[in-house]
Amino acid sequence: MSAPALNLRKERRRHSGGVFSGPLARICLGWLAFVLLLAVLGPLISPFDATEGNIVDRYLSPGAEHWLGTDQAGRDLFTRLAVGARSTILAALAVAALTVLIGGTLALVAVWFGGRVDGAITRFLDFLFAFPNLLLAVLAVAVFGAGVETAVVALAIGFSPYTARVIRSVALRERNLPYVKSAELQGISGLVITFRHLLPNVKQQILTGASINFGYAMIDLAALSYLGFGVQPPDADWGLMISSGQASLLAGYPQESIYAGACIVLTVAALGYLGEQLGGRRAAGRA
Amino acid sequence: MKYIAKRLLALAGILLASSFAVFGGLYLAPGSPEQFLVQGRTVSAEVLASIREQYNLDDPFLTRYVSWVGNALQGNFGQSLANRQEVADLLANRLPTTLWLTGLAAVLIIVLGVGLGTVAGLRPGALDNIILFASNLGFAVPTFFAGLLLMSLFSVQLGWFPVFGSGSGEGIASRLTHLTLPALALALPSIAVVARITRTAVREERQSEHAQTARSRGVPERVLIPRHVIRNALLPVTTVSGVHIAGLLAGAFVVESVFTLDGIGALLVTSIQQKDFAVVQAVALIMVVAFGVINLLVDLLYAVIDPRVRVGGAS
Repeated sequence: MSAPALNLRKERRRHSGGVFSGPLARICLGWLAFVLLLAVLGPLISPFDATEGNIVDRYLSPGAEHWLGTDQAGRDLFTRLAVGARSTILAALAVAALTVLIGGTLALVAVWFGGRVDGAITRFLDFLFAFPNLLLAVLAVAVFGAGVETAVVALAIGFSPYTARVIRSVALRERNLPYVKSAELQGISGLVITFRHLLPNVKQQILTGASINFGYAMIDLAALSYLGFGVQPPDADWGLMISSGQASLLAGYPQESIYAGACIVLTVAALGYLGEQLGGRRAAGRA
Repeated sequence: MKYIAKRLLALAGILLASSFAVFGGLYLAPGSPEQFLVQGRTVSAEVLASIREQYNLDDPFLTRYVSWVGNALQGNFGQSLANRQEVADLLANRLPTTLWLTGLAAVLIIVLGVGLGTVAGLRPGALDNIILFASNLGFAVPTFFAGLLLMSLFSVQLGWFPVFGSGSGEGIASRLTHLTLPALALALPSIAVVARITRTAVREERQSEHAQTARSRGVPERVLIPRHVIRNALLPVTTVSGVHIAGLLAGAFVVESVFTLDGIGALLVTSIQQKDFAVVQAVALIMVVAFGVINLLVDLLYAVIDPRVRVGGAS
């Protein structure tokens, strides 16, 4: 074996052995764990209501009672951040999962049947590529009305061609290997081969793509909520909190917008960094 | 030439399909235009019928679609239901702001993105680490949040920039002062991505065999860097910047809303809220067309820069 090949092996082992072992990766993992904890336990330990506040308590500074202070309606900001974490994470997670489902199904069907089916699906993906994601979501809102469900489905449809393109190319390579052909000749059904052999081989691309899409989804959902097209007030949501804190921010009370914005930025950055370590933005089909 | 013709044909097909989707989708939307016009007042069936007649609402779907596309191709997008204006006039009034905004943002993406990325790629060390870290964070900042922060810091607290308005009709200097912050907010995530891609590309080119050969033959760094490293590194950078610039026009509506600019993006948002579908259709169509055309131009530019694409591009 030649020296470069050996090096390559060592390199690969180093990468696969400790993808998340760097100090920055630990910080990212730590932050994500904290956010999860906040989402799960936060609302349970808080004595306050997320949507009802006492106007007398407006704009309180952080203190023993209100850990992070209160907003313009006297609502406890820690409670709203914790409850908002739930809805924000769940919605972004739904987009990421739905994207894999739609994109993955299209890609695997295209690869398995090939020929005309592949052609039709590729054409359909090209068509979806023609719509910028956020525009597609906004148009969906125009047709189906504002709401987080509409936003989630529309974003997932918009994201799916990127995922589909990556999965298709990897699965296509696998599809043409002799072992798949021989399994096909043995009469094993396409569904079984796809699930048992093709799917495991695209697992990494799916995971990387999902982690990066999660970040994009969080940002886009926040933007839609900001415009009034996503989560509706008075529900707590990070994107909506940036927007409902806008007036306060400009009036000199930046807490609400800053907290919520920082939560989004840190969560997206952490996931983006970990996803990149896992396989790179390129693997997600996004530049 | 054949490559260009093929790409143009494909683009035309996709645009036709998406115009159909835009028109058809909004056609299916609940709430009919004449209900919007009468705004809940009770009116006689005759009045409703005359409104339907005036806007050709009783024609079959396909007829309306064909006439809509035909008119749109001639620059006629019908009438806005909300303020009884020609949609084309509304667009003409608002397009300049959006073009200024996206143009400025595109310049920022290229200058700052490629500039910072090149610096980071050529100077490993503290500066490189700072740029890398900043690009990781910059990518994660939602444009409207960046806009709000910039506005509160530079406009409200420091007073360096105007808080609202787009400076239209007040000359270039006014345009620039009004649109600098919005353009910066809009460009921020793209600057981060382009800087990062540029950094990687410059790094790779610097270590590449052809650069090392040139170095060993005594080519000085000041010649090597611009001619052999940066020029080659620009290939992937062109594609990525192009994709991001193509997306600007369709992504500008969020930033336009934050800064209450009078662009077509903000028009799209208010029209959706008012269910003014003639306007929504027109703006959506323009955005999809611009997105497709800019993407095509980027691909063609890529073929000009990299001759290999032209040869293999037929597939």
